[in-house]
Parts: sequence; C-alpha cells; structure tokens
Amino acid sequence: MSLLLAVIIGMLFASALYMMMRRSFVKLTIGLILIGHSANLLIFTCAATRRDGSMERLPPGLIEEGQTRIEGEFADPLPFALILTAIVIAFAITAFTLVLVKRAYQEVGTDDLDNMRTTDR
Amino acid sequence: MMLSLAILALLSVAAPWVCRYAGPARGVVLAAFPLGIGAWFASKIPAAADGEGIVESVAWLPELGLELSFRLDGLSLLFALMVTLIGAGVLLYAGAYMKGHHQIGRFFCYLIGFMTSMLGLVLADNLILLFIFWELTSITSYLLIGFNHDKKESRAGALQALMVTGLGGLAMLAGLVVLAFAAGDLAGVAGGVWNMSELPEGLSGHAHYPWIVALVLAGCLTKSAQFPFHFWLPSAMAAPSPVSAYLHSSTMVKAGVYLIARLHPNLATGTAEGLWEGLLIGFGATTMFVGAYLATRQTLYKRLLAYSTVSSLGVMVMLIGMGHPDAAAAYILAHAMFKGCLFLVAGIVDHEAGEKDVAEIGRLFRAMPATALAAVLAGISMAGVPLAPLAGFVAKEKMIKAGLDAGPLTALLTALIIAAGSFTVFIAIMTGFKPFFGKASREPKKHAHEAPWPMLAAPVILAVLGIVYALVPALFATPVVTAAGEAIKGGPFEAALRLDAFYYYEISLALGLSLLATLIGVGIYFGRGLWVKATSPFAKLDGVVGPAKMYDYAMLGLTKGSWAQTRVLQNGSLQVYIKMTLVAILGMFAWAIWRTGFLPSVGTNFERTGLLEWVLIISIAVSAIVATRLGSRLATVAVLGVIGYAVAVVFALYGGPDAAMTQFAVETLIVVIFVLVVYHLPRFAVYSGLAVRVMDLLLAATFGGVMACLVLAAGSQELFAPISAYFNEAAMPETPDGQSAYGRNLVNIILVDFRSVDTLGELVVLGIAAIGVYTLMKLRDDQEGTPVAEREGDEDQSEEGDA
Repeated sequence: MSLLLAVIIGMLFASALYMMMRRSFVKLTIGLILIGHSANLLIFTCAATRRDGSMERLPPGLIEEGQTRIEGEFADPLPFALILTAIVIAFAITAFTLVLVKRAYQEVGTDDLDNMRTTDR
Repeated sequence: MMLSLAILALLSVAAPWVCRYAGPARGVVLAAFPLGIGAWFASKIPAAADGEGIVESVAWLPELGLELSFRLDGLSLLFALMVTLIGAGVLLYAGAYMKGHHQIGRFFCYLIGFMTSMLGLVLADNLILLFIFWELTSITSYLLIGFNHDKKESRAGALQALMVTGLGGLAMLAGLVVLAFAAGDLAGVAGGVWNMSELPEGLSGHAHYPWIVALVLAGCLTKSAQFPFHFWLPSAMAAPSPVSAYLHSSTMVKAGVYLIARLHPNLATGTAEGLWEGLLIGFGATTMFVGAYLATRQTLYKRLLAYSTVSSLGVMVMLIGMGHPDAAAAYILAHAMFKGCLFLVAGIVDHEAGEKDVAEIGRLFRAMPATALAAVLAGISMAGVPLAPLAGFVAKEKMIKAGLDAGPLTALLTALIIAAGSFTVFIAIMTGFKPFFGKASREPKKHAHEAPWPMLAAPVILAVLGIVYALVPALFATPVVTAAGEAIKGGPFEAALRLDAFYYYEISLALGLSLLATLIGVGIYFGRGLWVKATSPFAKLDGVVGPAKMYDYAMLGLTKGSWAQTRVLQNGSLQVYIKMTLVAILGMFAWAIWRTGFLPSVGTNFERTGLLEWVLIISIAVSAIVATRLGSRLATVAVLGVIGYAVAVVFALYGGPDAAMTQFAVETLIVVIFVLVVYHLPRFAVYSGLAVRVMDLLLAATFGGVMACLVLAAGSQELFAPISAYFNEAAMPETPDGQSAYGRNLVNIILVDFRSVDTLGELVVLGIAAIGVYTLMKLRDDQEGTPVAEREGDEDQSEEGDA
C-alpha cells in the first residue's frame, strides 16, 4: 500500500503543479485544491509507513468506555491531528481563492494571469 | 564616563526643545554641557596617563561574555578632549551660524547625537561596542552631510560617505570578530577576547593575522579617507560648515586613525617590513601626497581644506606605521587646532561675505580683522613655517625627523613629505592668507562684516591654543601628547617629549628641508596659474579612471544589476515564481544527494493490497490525470470530489475517522461552493502554447517523481520514536482526581489540549478567510446577494464543526 500511495502522491503533486503553472486563474484554483490533497496524503503516508515499508490498518486512537488507556497497537493520532488542521486551512484558502477568481473575473474581464500582471507592479 | 555619554545622549534628544525655548542663547546653553564634560576629562589627565587608565564596566550579555566596558587611557583622553572641547566650540559657533534655519532643532539633535557616538567610540573598550559607536558615527554623519536635503549634491555626498564608510565598517566588523577569536586562541579563552585592553601579545604570529589586518584596515582606511577611498570626504563638504569643521576634520575622520593607533601595540610586527607597518606606511604616504596634490587644484575654500585634511590623515597613518607614536600624537593634536580653526573661518567667510571661492576674493582683513588674525595664525601653523612658534611647526619638525629616520625608505619618504609639505604651504596661503590679504578680483557678494562673538570664539581660541601648544607645552600639550603616544606605543617613552618650539631652533637638515618646502609652496602660490595648467592632464585622467569615477561605475553597476536580477526573479508572473521554486528545490535535492552520496534505504515489504485499496488508488490516479485534461468546469468539480472522498476513505481505513469526517464535510462544502459559483467563473481556456505545456508537464512530473521517492524514503526512516504513547498515557486520569486531558479521542485531545495554540491559529486563518470572502462579495453589492449569505453560512458551519 505504501508504494501505491507514494505513486499516487507523486501523481497528485505533478498534476497539482501542472495546473498551478497554467495561466488560467480557475485552473490555478484547482491546482491549489489538488496540492492540498497531496500534502495531506504525504503526511499520512510518511507517518503510517513502517521501517520495512509495510502499512497496516490499525484501530483509531479511541479509548474505550471504562478504560484509561488503549491496550495494544493503534494508529498514531498526531499526523491525523495535523491533517485535520491542514484540511480546514486548505478549505479556507480554497473558498477565498474561488471568490477572488470570481470577483477578479468580474472586474478585469479575463482570467489570464499574464493579463493581470499590471496590478502586481 | 558612562554618565557623560548618558548626559550627551539626553542632550541630543532635548536639543530641539532647547533650541525652541533658549532662542539666541541656544549655542551657549548647549555648549555648556560638552564643555563641562571636557573639563572633567581634562582633570583626569594624570590618572589616564599612568598606563592602566580608568575602567568602567557593566555586564551586557554575560552569557556571551560581552560587557559594556569603557576605558579612558592616554589615547582615549586625547580624542575625548578633542571631541568635547572642539565640540563645545562648534556648538557655540553653530548656534549663530544656523540662526534662522527652520530645522535648527533637528540639526543640533544630529550634531550632539554624533558627539555622543564619537565619544563612545573613543571610550569603548569592548570591540562590539566600539563597532556599534563606529556605525553610529557613520549614520549621524550621513544625516548631517545630507542636512540640506533639498540639494542634490548633499544627498549624493551623504550617500557616498555612508556607502564607503559603511562597507568598510562591515569589513571591519568581520575583522574584529576574527581578531577577538584569534586573541582567544592565544590567551586560551574560549569565546574570544572582546576587550581591547585584554588583547594578548603576539597576534602577528597567528594564522589569521593577514585577514585581521586586511579587514580591520578596510574599515579604518575608508573611515579615515585614505587613498583610494578619499573621494567621499570632499563630497561630504556639502554639509554645513560647523559639521565639516567638527566631523570631517577634527573628529570622525580620525576614528580610523584612532583605531589603528589603538590596535597598533597588538597588531604591529615591530619591523618596518611587517604587513601592518608596510600597509600603513604605503597607504599613509600615498594619501599624504595625493591628497595634498589634489588640494592644489581646488579653488573652493572648503574643498581645499577637505583635500588637505585627506593629506593630514595620511600623515597620521604613516607616522603610526613608521613607529613614531609621539610624532603622530603631536600631529593629531596640532591638526585638530589649525584645521578646525580654518574650517570655521571658511564658514565665517561664507556666512558673512557670501563667498565660497578663494580664487576671487581678497582684502577681507579690514572687514573682519579678528577672523583674519585667527586664519593667519592657523595658516602659519598649518604650513609649519620654520621658526614660527606654533603647534604646526613642532609637529612638522617631528614629521620630517621621522622621515629622515626611516631606514631604507628614508629617501622616498622624505621626498614625499617635502613634496606634500610644499603643497600644504600653498594650501595654507590660499586658505589662511589670500582671502584676507591677497588681491581681490572683485567685491564680495555680500557686504562683508565681522562675525558675532559666538562664531569667533572657537576659531580664535583654537588659533591661540596653537601658540600655547608650542610656547608653554607643559600647560596641556606635553601631558596629553605623551599619554597618547605612550598608549599608541604600548609602553613609556625613553626620553621626555619636547614640544616647545625653541627646542627645534637649531641648524639641521630637518629645518633646511622645512624651509625648502616653504619656499616651494610660496613659489607655487605665485605661479598658480601655470601650476594648474601644468597639472591638468592628470586631472583629466582622474576624471576618467579615478577612484570617484570607479565608485560611480560601481553604483551604476549595482543599480543595473539589481534591475536585471529583479526582472528575472521578480517579474510578477506567478508561473515563473512556481517554476523558480520547483527548480530550486530540485536543485537542492540534487545537491544534497551529490554532496552526501546518501540515497536513503527504502523498505520493500509491500504486502498484498486488498481490492478496496486498489479501487481507491486507481480512482485517485485516474482522477488526478483526468482533472488536468477536462475542458468542462462541472466535470472537473466532480473529479475533484472523487479525489477528496477517496482520500477520506483512505484516512478512515487506516485509523483516522476524525480526519476522514472532516475531509468528507469539507469536500462536500467545496463541491457545493464550486457548483454555486462555477457558472460565474470563466470557461477553461488554454493560453499557453504546446511547447510551454510540455515543459511544464516535464517539470511537474519530475517533481512528482521526486516527491514519490521522498515519501517512500521518509516513510522508511524513524529518527525518533513516535510520541503517541504519551498521548495515550495523558488522555485519561489513572485516579479520579489525577491530572490529564480528560478525553477519550486522542486526535481530539491533541487538537484542543496539547496543540491548542495551533488550533487557535487555524481558527484565526478561517476567520480571516471569512472576512476576505465577505469583503470581496460586499465590496460592490450590486451583484447577487444570495450566494454571499450562503457562503458566510458555510464558513460558520465549518468553524463549528471543527471546534
């Protein structure tokens, strides 16, 4: 599974960056969404892979009622906490970018980034 | 000592209010403080002269072994007296000179600020402290040169001075750090020796000695305007005259000389062939000659004096290098008197007669007799006219004697000294005699009259002190010069110092050469038209390849280079930024692998993968490719949704239900928002050509491949044990009243307990994004209102869901 996930992450990064390098502002937004997924999967895979390269389905880090700790193996909660934060922030960025694209398109009448450069100078 | 610095610093801040409320008395009020401090320093002459000096120290950064340490020894005392006493005279003078200027308060703030920095510089014992004061003098000098900032040459001169002395200062900082650590090596002190008074002997044997000398001298030589860095000093003459007299003649430009003198006992090799001595003699003698020569071609009063100051600074550096600290100290003191006086006189002539050019004016003696008297005394002193009982004569005799005692260099150095001396005589006539007694080719622009007493006080006192220096040296000259000279030498003199003029009244080669120089100087004065014509080819050469021109070229190159670099790296195109970043990251990967030869091992235990995983993987892979190819906006949104849900399922399968739930919720929201705005968005357009797209694809694919390898490699490393066991322990209390996070979901307790500040930051980001979305939609509310409300609702939901 880790090998497959690594390949997937590579593909997601490649398509995300390809979209981000387009001159179309909408495509840039799609690239941003994709790169968010790539990064989340990357954090997850790096943490869940064992030294020998294997990956196992483990129970989540939940303590049973009446217990004070989890006995036996469980999935590392830290990467999931980080991913959870990252998902929410990626969402905020996506929402903002979408509105920005819409608004910029209304104002400038184009979504070609090369034609928007004058405002950057 | 620290108290005196504090008083001056406060005075600098208070100066604008003093100027406002004290009115015409401002000069007197302000000058009283440095005068008092100077008197205190004068009372310390015996204490400072006994080798150890007076030390004050306060811990600053004790962890780094740094302290605010100040030390008053003979050398510091000489400079401290010049800084405070000449400073008091200049403040008095400036109170009248700057009368009516609308920014007079700011002027005094800068000027006293400089005084504080300069005093700190000469009192500091700690190398870092010295550097800080050193740069402060550069900055205050910048502010003062550029004081008349509405004039172009003021701004250019200020910038030039700052660039040259600032760059030199940075080199010097490196040199001082190397020096401190080299000294630490020799003294066996880890962390370096930072106090100059504790520097050990024998630094010249250290492996880094050439670096120390080169870097420290880079700072000193630029600050003290040595050839070929001399050009900033004449440009600095755009400053008001009191500033020129104070900073660019008496004090700041001598900071480099001061540091050279200060480090001389530690860095000198003891022979004239040593690196330190060789560089000092070489730069000093060249500067002495070139500066004096360049001065002879000037006709503007202050520029004449500026070039002659360059020459004098060369003399000081040369005398230290030649191993004549007594002559150097005697010359420094004498120079401060006659040159400071002449600069102030130049200011008076400008202020009271409206004239800046000495070639045109003359016969001002009748209009301003007191000024003329001071100028003539200072001029004779500067020329070192033989047998005239003035400070300049004594200093010049000592200088010529030093030249005649220079071993294999005797002939060369003596010739240069005499040549520079002849030019100096000419400059002295042009500045001290010509404006007052010489022939005038026209009437002065203003009706010339005598200056008010505050402006006369300092030049007249300085001129008279020149006589006291040579006639009654025991009064102040001998103790001060002896103490300073012994500090430069690093030990007591064998014989008592003779500074009385009559001691030099003997028929000797030195006196004969001095007379010769005077005669040549007078000759040049009478044949000055011919002289200017004869030397003009050299001036043309200087205009094409001279140091000032080189500076211009360098500045032009810097500006053009910056523009070119900005056009390439910061051209405003997002695509270029991304490409640059990717190429840079790939380059760093390649470099790291090449440097370490380290390719991390990858675990290869890839277990059989179940059907569900295969379905997820294939759907993500297909979607990732399809997402870049689709022309339809709605279909792309659907494909993005597939990826998002598949990723969520992966999290859910591998023990992350919380992340999976968030991902489901967010993905749904994004699809909803996208669908809502999708028809307001532009259609997908292909703007780039095929070649660009292929190149981008190659770059993206390469980076993706690297990331895939990185994931495999990183997954197989375990540098530290995971800390999840700790979360497991800390989640629930062992006993009912024990301390813990009181949560059963480990991901939750991490978010709200252990990394709660992180979560707070995340909420802030969400809030800012929400405000941004709201503003973007509301900025022009003639567009549809409903989506706005819905989108706001979405934001709120997500924040609640997360919390």
